Amino acid sequence: MPTWLKATAPLFLLAVLVFAFLRVGPLGVFRAAFPPVEELTVERITLPRPAEMRVHVINGGPEPVTIAQVLVDDAVWGHVVDGGKTLERLASRVISIPYPWVQGEPHVVKLISSTGLTFEGTVAIATQTPSPDARYVITFALLGLYAGVIPVFLGLLWFPFLRTVRREWLDFFLCLTIGLLLFLGAEALAEAFETAARVPRAFQGLGVILLGALATFLALGAFGRQRARAGGGHQALYVATLIALGIGLHNLGEGLAIGTSYATGEIALGTFLVVGFLLHNTTEGLGILAPLAKERPTLGQLAWLGTLAGVPTIVGAWIGGFTSSAVWTTLFLAVGAGAIAQVVVELWRLFAKRAEAGGLTSPRNVAGLLTGLVIMYATGLLVPA
Amino acid sequence: MKGDAVGTTERRTPKLTRRELLKAGALGTVGLAASGTAFALQSPAPGASHASTRDTTGHGSHDDMTTVGELERGLFDPTNFLTRFDTGRVSRLPSGQTLREYELDAAEIEVEVAPGVFFPAWAYNGQVPGPTLRCIEGDRVRVYFKNSASHPHTIHFHGVHASNMDGAFEVVAPGGRYTYEFDAEPFGLQLYHCHTVPFKRHIHKGLYGVFIIDPREGRPLAMELVMVMNGFDTNFDGENEVYAVNTVAFHYQKHPIVIRQGELVRVYLVNVTEFDLVNSFHLHGNFYKLYRTGTSLAHYEWTDNVMLCQGERAVLEFTYKHPGPFMFHAHQSEFAELGWIGLFLVEESLRV
Repeated sequence: MPTWLKATAPLFLLAVLVFAFLRVGPLGVFRAAFPPVEELTVERITLPRPAEMRVHVINGGPEPVTIAQVLVDDAVWGHVVDGGKTLERLASRVISIPYPWVQGEPHVVKLISSTGLTFEGTVAIATQTPSPDARYVITFALLGLYAGVIPVFLGLLWFPFLRTVRREWLDFFLCLTIGLLLFLGAEALAEAFETAARVPRAFQGLGVILLGALATFLALGAFGRQRARAGGGHQALYVATLIALGIGLHNLGEGLAIGTSYATGEIALGTFLVVGFLLHNTTEGLGILAPLAKERPTLGQLAWLGTLAGVPTIVGAWIGGFTSSAVWTTLFLAVGAGAIAQVVVELWRLFAKRAEAGGLTSPRNVAGLLTGLVIMYATGLLVPA
Repeated sequence: MKGDAVGTTERRTPKLTRRELLKAGALGTVGLAASGTAFALQSPAPGASHASTRDTTGHGSHDDMTTVGELERGLFDPTNFLTRFDTGRVSRLPSGQTLREYELDAAEIEVEVAPGVFFPAWAYNGQVPGPTLRCIEGDRVRVYFKNSASHPHTIHFHGVHASNMDGAFEVVAPGGRYTYEFDAEPFGLQLYHCHTVPFKRHIHKGLYGVFIIDPREGRPLAMELVMVMNGFDTNFDGENEVYAVNTVAFHYQKHPIVIRQGELVRVYLVNVTEFDLVNSFHLHGNFYKLYRTGTSLAHYEWTDNVMLCQGERAVLEFTYKHPGPFMFHAHQSEFAELGWIGLFLVEESLRV
């Protein structure tokens, strides 16, 4: 038997079996009288103008679902579906409802399927949904600027200070960076799990997290190893770039979350929130610098690192503000978590190479790591979102 | 119709009656040609411009608050149900007493409670509510009950009868039969329903119907309508998703009940709504004589709104002074917005 046949025989039989099942239909025990399991997910509700709601739904369940009627705030309401009322598996629709929503108040949309099951979506606080025009592009850019770019660049201004720090105290700052990153990574992962709960079941939120986080972690690790073998230049700058990338991916996810929350009226861009993000994210700049303290990076290189870490917040805010999908937000957050995990590994490697650093048995290093965590926790108190 | 109103409404009509005409449009062939002019020309209240506010704020139109589409399976017609009475197979007993025999069969069916929304119901004679049984005070009533469903059921009649005719203890197993027999008393608006545990499920799934015992001397001649206020918990979470009179949400809003100006209308109103403590009936542009449980020929109150507890009934009598479309609905706004709302279309009568 040729190898290719050995490799494909099970697949071939599987295909035959699947075909037979689809042709003949369910057999014996599978042929039950119970009603089909229906599952519709409301992905997003937008309010493009007064007296109009748009409900974006996707069928994430195993069976087709027919939208029979629509209720808004416990009132049956007229509506138009942009396509057939029956959604096949993974099909999506937009339902337009001429409902006079009220500025600043919550609303609940309930879809009744043909079998009488109901699927809900909520508008936390009604406010007209931003349309991608110049005004909102700028608004979201500013949102990202405040939350990501400015803090990171502010943090980079610690560079002159770091250069004056003595070697053993530099280890303190490296450990502090590890603490910061651990906090950010855990935060990204937790948020990923949170959004995964809103992912339509067919798209398997957990699978998205595993794939996104592990693939990023492993790919970055393999890339680093390749690079080291090739004798690729500047190790410290590489690690700094990696940190910036990890933080950037984390900030992309954060931007997505902020953009979505802002667009759906869940948060207002108040002074408190901006101040919170400024304090919370400024330490990210410090983290990027830590491995570079004894190097001589050019201003251009520093600017590039700051951009890499900060600007994704703006991109995230745009995506989150104008589209928003639980699947993509989950994926970005998971990718961020995976990247940060790899950065922590690289940092640790850089650190552990030097035996005199003392690892995590040195009280100073432990203090550094804990300080990193405490800073993130304390400034996190200022970010209500 | 007042002649002097015709000239002025030429100008106002497009704005003012747009809403009414849209509704009338849903009438289809039912009486529109006959009645369309009658209400399009009625004089509006000064300053009334309900429909015009919609153009700026989106508020104010009833057109949007309704179901989308028409019933997909026309198995049950609520309009037909209004005036359909089952007076039984009539014969005379040796004693001279009138015997009325009815057959009721409990089965499992699917009921379309709103266009495209199918509810797995339990029903007497394949309809929810079951057939309206009607007899005269003092008649001998005999009901042959057959349980064709997969759960045990009974029929519990409201009225005066022997314990073993009460449908409370003699549970009829699937495939089983039982014959209920009693003298019809007292006269009034009664009801019947299944009395098997769990009660909530057996009743709310549809095992109920109206049982009218007419007084010996009869009631004045009238246009008689049976209205059963019911609700459906389509997702079985202990709350009704859909409310209606006679099962189909918004049916009489889309298909108004045509009555005549000056004509006596009698509504046999029964509340079988589950999960909610009370239901109510509010009539627009009119007041009605209220006969609680219909057990007295003297009316109890003259009102335009009555509250009925679960299982409570009332007979309402009214006559319309003005032609045009008039709403009737639960005065619980929530119930109205979830389907319990309808329209009387009062046709102008030349006799008035």
